[in-house]
Amino acid sequence: MKSITQDIPAIPAFRFGKSYASLDQTEITTTDGQEVLATVGLVNPGIIRRDLRQMQASFDRLQQIPIQTLLGIFAEAAGLFLDAKLPVSEGVTQSSEQYVQSLSATCGMPHALIRANMQKIADVMQQMPVILKGLTRGLDLSAIETGMGRQNDVLVSYYANTTHLGLVLPSNSPGVNSLWLPAVALRIPVILKPGREDPWTPWRIINALIAAGCPEEAFGFYPAGHDGAGVILSECQRVIMFGDAKTVEKYTGDPRISVHGPGYSKVLIGEDCIDQWPDYADVLVDSIARNGGRSCVNASTIVVPRHGRALAEAIAERLAQILPLPLDDPKAQLAGFANAAMPEAIDARLEQALAVPGAEDVTAAWRKGPRHVTLDGQTYLHPTLIACSPAHSLAKTEYMFPFASVVELPQSDMLDWIGPSLVVTAITQDPQFRRALLRCEHIKRLNLGAMPTGQVSWDQPHEGNLFEFLYARRAIQEQVL
Amino acid sequence: MTTECKRLDQHVAEIIDWHFSPETGCDFWLDWARQQDWDVRKTVRTAEDLKHFPHFEDDWLRFVEPDHWVPKSFKGRPYNIFETGGTTGMPKQRIGWDDYKRDYESFGDTLKDTEFPRGQNWLMMGPTGPRRLRLAIEHLANYRGGSCYFIDLDPRWVKKLITNGEYDQAKAYMEHVIDQATIILKHRRIAALFTTPKLLEALSEKISIPEAGIKGVFCGGTEMSPQTVRFLVEEVLEGRCTLKPVYGNTLMGLAHSKPLTAEENYSVCYYPPQPWALLRVVNPEQTDQTVDYDQWGRVELTTLTREFFMPRFLERDEAIRRRPIEGYPWDGVAEVRPFGASTQTIVEGVY
Repeated sequence: MKSITQDIPAIPAFRFGKSYASLDQTEITTTDGQEVLATVGLVNPGIIRRDLRQMQASFDRLQQIPIQTLLGIFAEAAGLFLDAKLPVSEGVTQSSEQYVQSLSATCGMPHALIRANMQKIADVMQQMPVILKGLTRGLDLSAIETGMGRQNDVLVSYYANTTHLGLVLPSNSPGVNSLWLPAVALRIPVILKPGREDPWTPWRIINALIAAGCPEEAFGFYPAGHDGAGVILSECQRVIMFGDAKTVEKYTGDPRISVHGPGYSKVLIGEDCIDQWPDYADVLVDSIARNGGRSCVNASTIVVPRHGRALAEAIAERLAQILPLPLDDPKAQLAGFANAAMPEAIDARLEQALAVPGAEDVTAAWRKGPRHVTLDGQTYLHPTLIACSPAHSLAKTEYMFPFASVVELPQSDMLDWIGPSLVVTAITQDPQFRRALLRCEHIKRLNLGAMPTGQVSWDQPHEGNLFEFLYARRAIQEQVL
Repeated sequence: MTTECKRLDQHVAEIIDWHFSPETGCDFWLDWARQQDWDVRKTVRTAEDLKHFPHFEDDWLRFVEPDHWVPKSFKGRPYNIFETGGTTGMPKQRIGWDDYKRDYESFGDTLKDTEFPRGQNWLMMGPTGPRRLRLAIEHLANYRGGSCYFIDLDPRWVKKLITNGEYDQAKAYMEHVIDQATIILKHRRIAALFTTPKLLEALSEKISIPEAGIKGVFCGGTEMSPQTVRFLVEEVLEGRCTLKPVYGNTLMGLAHSKPLTAEENYSVCYYPPQPWALLRVVNPEQTDQTVDYDQWGRVELTTLTREFFMPRFLERDEAIRRRPIEGYPWDGVAEVRPFGASTQTIVEGVY
């Protein structure tokens, strides 16, 4: 194993203003394990527990900052995050380009996708006023600062129901970090445990915000093992975590924890529009393949009342053209896997499922070679589109690469069948179907019209409302004396 | 050959003669020797010769009646029965008389009066019950001129709770233990504490340990990585109490630790109470080979006292082999952790 630079950064923990170099240093390597890119100091769980007990001081410090001031800090931090040289370890800075290269090498994500994610994070910082407006439904932000105000001529009172927000972050896509940013703008300190392969992004965001003037007391950054995640999950007053369906099931019902699991996002085409399906091919491909298919907002199922086979063939042909390219190729759209065993396991699981009658890999005919490939030492899975019956296990399955199934169902059965769906793009103008969609309890974000599932509207929070997660409303009356 | 090697070899020869002579040995070893095709007393005269023994089987301590381990000269004298393990099934049992007193007196002589003041009282918060540790800590406190308060923690129960996923119960039990300690510390003058790292940390979440009057802390029972030790020294003990990590068990006795320093990154290095116990760090694949200095290997223990002979017992621990230091001119073991810790999940609980 060798290092790619002479100065390997030693990424520290950050304890609400104090950098902490743990004695337990672990190496962050390229996905092939051949080069050391950084060392990260893993903290013992006791450190997190100890700092949690002192959160009140950090909370009080952040609550002193006017939200408008924080919004200005976010706007400035957006530019710094995108372009500035920011500290990465004691005496070592990291340029934007170095960040892209390092993250790509540890996560297997192409530079082009990382830059798109950077832009998304910067947009969230820039658009924070709009985002807070969406989260608070237009509440005058001074009402958060003073604890009371008027909304639609009604006296309202909100109070923070936690002194902090804990996060157990994944490594699959840097864009997920945009989720916690509003917490800081809402004056709630964060306790972040980064994913193993991506300590880079949250650390760069923190440093951009501090450089823009955010109080250091707003941030706890704790690289740690599973035991560290355990402390955050069991002891933080509010937690956002990411996990698979099993993890979601484990924590569902715990009001302290907001679990972000598989999205099972879908595109539904109505009876009235299905005959024009070729017009929506771009939307379908974008929904499946944007961001390397790594997001929970990527579509994993397309539901149509007819023309399923023809649509599947056309989309499969388009998806099969998305090929693994070198990570620094500007046209690269497919992300590799940080852990080489994962694509192998997914491929094996898919083949096992395909052996059950009722499903066909339509992309197989368009693909040259196997689904699981290696390029420049990086493992990939070729995009895969399955045509299958609604009862087949692959009909509602999600994987961390461009993968989707096409299912034929009568329109009248669609909403009973879809199950929990983070995003549904519904391509229909049928008023009755639109009404049914609006009533459907399974859908967290509904895109009415031909727009990709990954299209974001900053004032439309999905996956739970962070403001309502961090602040509670109380009844209030006031009599002027 | 160094003086220490000569001393150890002489001790090995003496202990072999003791345990394998019909006049002084115990039934177990005399029976065992009769079944071998080699003469133990002729073959094993040095520490190096101990390799002729196979690894000691822990089932011998589970299923052989304690009487079979009594050396002839101890016949008729009631013995203590000390246990280790036993979370599931039969625990291992070692019998003993005075070994624990000698071990802890020897250790007590190394303690500084400024860190573990003489004449002051101790608190032991940890596994008592059938363990040697319970009597040993009380003896140490007495030897240093004080008395000892006890708060028990049953590690077998904690391990069961954790294995069964009953984390709330485990947490409640730990709080129950800590609550008792805070009450004792509030109402009694205590200057020294023996506990485990997790209990120590939990105690510090309730009270300031130095403010409670504690000057020195004896800590052992589980893995203590350098980062954990640093955390305990700098934050849990607020840099105001002495932390003395210890490594010991019912079968070995108590290993002494080299003083901790920030300069050495708080690496904990233990030195066994040689010649009564001998630790080797061996290649797990080929256990007759000792690993090189500063390399990881599995810990092998040989106990060599007149009360108990146990050759080449493979501990469930791995460690780094360290060089001799002044005062301990024999090998040390550092950064002890459960064997296979880097590849398996190991239930340590609060113990």
